[in-house]
Amino acid sequence: MTTETPTTVGRRRPGSARARRRSGLLLALGIALALATVFPLVWMVLGSFKTAQEVNSPSLIPETFTLENYAYVFSQVPFARYLLNSFLVSAAVTVIALWFHSMAAYALARLQFPGRERIFLAIFATMLVSAPVTIIPTFIIVRTLGMVDSYAGLVVPAIFNAFGIFLLRQFYVSLPDELEEAALVDGASYWTIYWKIVLPLSRPILAALAVFFFLANWNAFVWPMTVTSDPDLRMVQVGIQTFQQQYAADWNYILAAATVAALPTLGIFFVFQKQIVASIKTSGLK
Amino acid sequence: MSAATTTRTQRSRREARAAALFLAPDAIGLTVFVAIPMLLSVVLGFFWIDGFGNVDFIGVDNYVRMAKDPQFWNSARVTLIYLVTLVPLIFVVGLGLALLVQQRFPAVGIIRSALFLPYVVSMVVVSMIWQFMLTDRTGVIATALSAIGIDGISFLGDPKLALGTVVAVTVWLQMGYYMIIFLAGLQDIPGELYEAARIDGASAWQRFRSITLPLLAPTSFFVLLTSMVAVVTGGLDMIFVLTSGGPANSTSLLIFYIYQQAFLFGDLGYAAAVGSVLVVFLLIVSAGMFLATRGGRFSHDD
Repeated sequence: MTTETPTTVGRRRPGSARARRRSGLLLALGIALALATVFPLVWMVLGSFKTAQEVNSPSLIPETFTLENYAYVFSQVPFARYLLNSFLVSAAVTVIALWFHSMAAYALARLQFPGRERIFLAIFATMLVSAPVTIIPTFIIVRTLGMVDSYAGLVVPAIFNAFGIFLLRQFYVSLPDELEEAALVDGASYWTIYWKIVLPLSRPILAALAVFFFLANWNAFVWPMTVTSDPDLRMVQVGIQTFQQQYAADWNYILAAATVAALPTLGIFFVFQKQIVASIKTSGLK
Repeated sequence: MSAATTTRTQRSRREARAAALFLAPDAIGLTVFVAIPMLLSVVLGFFWIDGFGNVDFIGVDNYVRMAKDPQFWNSARVTLIYLVTLVPLIFVVGLGLALLVQQRFPAVGIIRSALFLPYVVSMVVVSMIWQFMLTDRTGVIATALSAIGIDGISFLGDPKLALGTVVAVTVWLQMGYYMIIFLAGLQDIPGELYEAARIDGASAWQRFRSITLPLLAPTSFFVLLTSMVAVVTGGLDMIFVLTSGGPANSTSLLIFYIYQQAFLFGDLGYAAAVGSVLVVFLLIVSAGMFLATRGGRFSHDD
């Protein structure tokens, strides 16, 4: 977001007193809104370093700065295990989804075959009804397939969504026609073209989608809670929620747990915000 | 058949076979885990299903029960209020923030990032943070309000306030996402239009009314449609952690009621029947919006 070129809409003669006053007012408004927006997150992180006695005190900076809460959380529940589960599941879903979606999108965008438009429309139609509404039938199918309480139950149903196919297809359609012609004349297989030409070209959009998929799966709660009951399979969001139920009023511990669960997503945001913003923009306009 | 045609048919056959193989994994997965659940969501409502896999066809019994179920009607009412307050709020706040951060002033990039930040945090964590901040008497918000002489407000404990609190937290969480989408739409509007209008002496409000709003129509349509679907189907995580549907069922959204019936009371068939109402509602509203706007296209870019 920081690298965005500002539009010319608000431009006045630079340097004039009026323009300076205006930009000062906008800055003040912007800072006020930004501080109000991030305050809850800051409050969580600060609270996680406070003692039980102090956690509700309105002072921003902890009087006694403690790491005890984190030590306690990691010693009381298998928190590392939750984090590992979340990482493995999110990474697996992301990698497999990108692979499957890019193959499907390549076929839909670059290959000629009968029924292509109809298949694309059918895939597109599945975007209209989103996941939580169909959680019951999905659960019944997953149970029928014997995937309840397994990593497969966490990973496999999360892979398939039309959104990724749709975005990748839009991107592949926009590539020039000459792209694969030379390779085809040379007798390259479609797999070679996909693997050696199309995939390397799609690196930026794949990166954007990867960030998006990883975040969505790291933050997932309802499905992992529904499909697993084995504590060893708990993903981090389910982990902190069950933790909160056990330690209902111990906010210093709960905040430490919540901070650990949120930290990777905040880290991903700071490193990849350009990709996140880019993928939101493409989703909105194409 | 000439040799050239033979090669061409061979080639197109080869191409179709390749396409089938490329499409197969996603096609199978989408069918099993998305399309069939969508169809099943309507069918399952006609069955009695328990948590152990016992199934029995019972016709429209679930729907009859639903019509007489005050909890269902309460949840439908809560969902409707949630929908008609949240969607316009998300729209106005998202657009307002986009108009602000589109301007040129110092540190605007950092401010944009800050406004977007809550969006990457999970609903579970978000719910915990707000539960902590909104704790009666001891929470930071109660402390701040009591400093200015306001005491005894229970944002999550008062049935009159709880839904409003959920709406406010949701706006805070999602405004950054819609801000980015509006920002992208605003950046597509040619700057010369504004220059010309300014030369003609149009006020800021006139420029907004006659340039920004009409040219933003496709983005607005997208935001309305997606936020509506997101609002009707989402929010389950937040309700689950923040309010559990309470107090006095005042935040029991349909999606939460469905989940409760299915996975806490084990009545999957009845829950599916309620879910099918939601699916049909979504389809009708999306179709209506598409028709009203002629497929999301707007007169100026037809």
